[in-house]
Amino acid sequence: MKPIYLDNSATTRPHPEVITLMSRVQEENYGNPSSTHAMGMEGEKLLTLARKQVNALFRSEAGRVIFTSGGTEANNLALKGAARRLKKRGRKIITSAIEHSSVLDCCRSLAEEGFELKILPVDSKGQVDLQSLEKELNRETVLLSLIHVSNEIGTVQPLTEAGQLMKKSKAPALFHIDAVQSFGKLPLEVDSWGADLVSASAHKTHGPKGTGCLWLRNGVMLDALIQGGDQEEKLRPGTENCPGIAGFGLAAQIAADRSLGTADKVRRLKEIFLLKLQEEGAAAIVNGPALEEAAPHILNLSFPGIKAEVLLNALSGAGIYVSAGSACHSRHPEPSHVLEAIGLERMRLESALRFSFSILNTEEEALRAAESCAGLIKNLKNFLGS
Amino acid sequence: MKSTILVRYGEIALKGRNRNVFEQQLQQNLKGALSMVEETAVERLHGRLLVTGPQEKHDQMLSRLKRVFGVVSLSSVQRTPLELDKIKAGVGELVAAALPGNKSFKVDSRRSNKDFPYTSPQLNSEIGSFLQQTYPDLEVDLHNPGFTLFLEIGYEEAFIYLDRVAGPGGLPVGVSGKALLLLSGGIDSPVAGWLALKRGLELEALHFHSFPFTGQRSLQKAEDLCRRLALFGRRVPLHEINVAAIQKEIKDKCPQQLAITLLRRMMFRLAEALSVERGLGALVTGESLGQVASQTMESLQAIDASTGMLVLRPLITMDKLEIIARSEEIGTYDISIRPFEDCCTLFVPQNPATKPKMAALLKAESELEIDTLVREGLESLKSRVIRP
Repeated sequence: MKPIYLDNSATTRPHPEVITLMSRVQEENYGNPSSTHAMGMEGEKLLTLARKQVNALFRSEAGRVIFTSGGTEANNLALKGAARRLKKRGRKIITSAIEHSSVLDCCRSLAEEGFELKILPVDSKGQVDLQSLEKELNRETVLLSLIHVSNEIGTVQPLTEAGQLMKKSKAPALFHIDAVQSFGKLPLEVDSWGADLVSASAHKTHGPKGTGCLWLRNGVMLDALIQGGDQEEKLRPGTENCPGIAGFGLAAQIAADRSLGTADKVRRLKEIFLLKLQEEGAAAIVNGPALEEAAPHILNLSFPGIKAEVLLNALSGAGIYVSAGSACHSRHPEPSHVLEAIGLERMRLESALRFSFSILNTEEEALRAAESCAGLIKNLKNFLGS
Repeated sequence: MKSTILVRYGEIALKGRNRNVFEQQLQQNLKGALSMVEETAVERLHGRLLVTGPQEKHDQMLSRLKRVFGVVSLSSVQRTPLELDKIKAGVGELVAAALPGNKSFKVDSRRSNKDFPYTSPQLNSEIGSFLQQTYPDLEVDLHNPGFTLFLEIGYEEAFIYLDRVAGPGGLPVGVSGKALLLLSGGIDSPVAGWLALKRGLELEALHFHSFPFTGQRSLQKAEDLCRRLALFGRRVPLHEINVAAIQKEIKDKCPQQLAITLLRRMMFRLAEALSVERGLGALVTGESLGQVASQTMESLQAIDASTGMLVLRPLITMDKLEIIARSEEIGTYDISIRPFEDCCTLFVPQNPATKPKMAALLKAESELEIDTLVREGLESLKSRVIRP
């Protein structure tokens, strides 16, 4: 039986076109974009095209992208680069309790550098408490960082409202959005949000690993994290990852071309899956936001009585690949900080699995995965006599 | 240019026919260890083995040979015809390389071929004076020489060399028969396996898992440990058996403080059944006396009573720290300490008995359908051969 990949929030299968393009770039266009000769210029053209393709997804005329090695580096550059740049204006940074660890770890490291860190609580659906945000924003605040779509439970944050509160507060802050999970999947209305910095990653949207970007609103200044050349406006020096960036550009282009109906199609897979699971008698509880409120591709379910790792192993044995909590966390015994932040009780915390879908999944796969999952749950419950 | 390595072996205080078996096996194992290095050959001489191969592969050959059990020491040698002048010429070349930093030397000759016209003492003095003439600054020092020049007179040629590298000793893998190693993902069992290989046992490994209560990564760990052991034993067939159903039965039907001993007894029964099928003559385990509740004298006895097979426990009197030191040496430690994936504590009882009583165990087992459980366990058997 062909494996069914339902771990698309961990990473996605690259589009075949992306792979073809990348290998062509490596074979034929290996020139260094900084070189003056014709081959260097070919490389530069690739970058220019990719920059345009990626930038298009940010839906703004007022910014541009800096290519990075991925979402984690983009988050690091945005947070450390902005906070350090603005430290004379103020010392307070605000984020939420359900951020990706690359954001939380950066914020904690900034706190060690002397910044005051406020981590906003979230409700049971993972929504940031806007009242606490309003209360916390002040003239000292130099940075607000929020995740657009939660990688673990799919919560979509009210970024427009948060942006308005920030504007109203007159805080001298930059607004950073971690859009790694939404790039290429949901519209990024950076102007309506009032975002200054937005992070994205190629491999979460059928592009290659090792490439990502930080979108910057024009006029925003950052301190670079590394030095060594003029590339990427000196914010990210070093010879560009041309094949990766070209692949990223194409993946962004494909996402843009197919944007009509993609979200609905993926959401439909999720619904089919959950419905079938319930039809087959599996007792599953949705964690976080309700299906229609969540991002189209992420479904976090608890199966009380069955340890997440056990069902994950069983599914893996059946060729169905999912995550327990967040993939980056799954080898640590401690429960996910996101699931803890939304207040899940122990039973649900220990039995939570994330199913994440993509446009490359089919309805047949969703049905088959649900059937298989329900069957495995039945067997496990029989086996355990519960 | 060819490189030649002289291989010495020991423990050949073995008698007549055994000695032949030993030598043949060692020759075969050396060939095996070099199978990935092209254009190498292993010949038997009187009481020695001689490995030849391309000069540029010398270091690679040496590092592989150093892992072959049964090898006591190795020397990179220069070969010359059996003529004194030719021997002297060879000595001159070799010594030129050993000169820097050395002011004194001695010559250590050994004449296996008694037809050679010079005796060992004569050779020592001939070669010694030759060297002193060639290098007037060099002095002879029999007690504390800067370097020793070794000379061996064989039947067809002479070997000269400057040093010996220690081999791992032990017996060639295969001469002691075949055994089944009970391989967990821990630190101990791979070390037990290595020690068994060292005493000439050819190994197959059996890993028990509880899929899906244990994950893919613990199977990977067993495989990686086997791959490491295969460096010393060439190939290790790895068998996996799922014991989740057995653990469940024990949990449901038996007193919890006996669970571990009962499970071990079931594992030994499964191991015995597999051994019979595969023609393996003993079980090898990583148990060390008193290390945990299931490794007290009483527990070990109770476990042994479940099988008629010989059970070898190479670690039985070793301390944990000694075992760890050895596992670091043989390169299994880093694999063994990878985060243990067994996140499910479902089957781990709280207070295991340290002195399980036989009567209690038998009574508990009367609740289990042992033959069926063994048969079903064997149905989950998956096997593959792991090579380095």
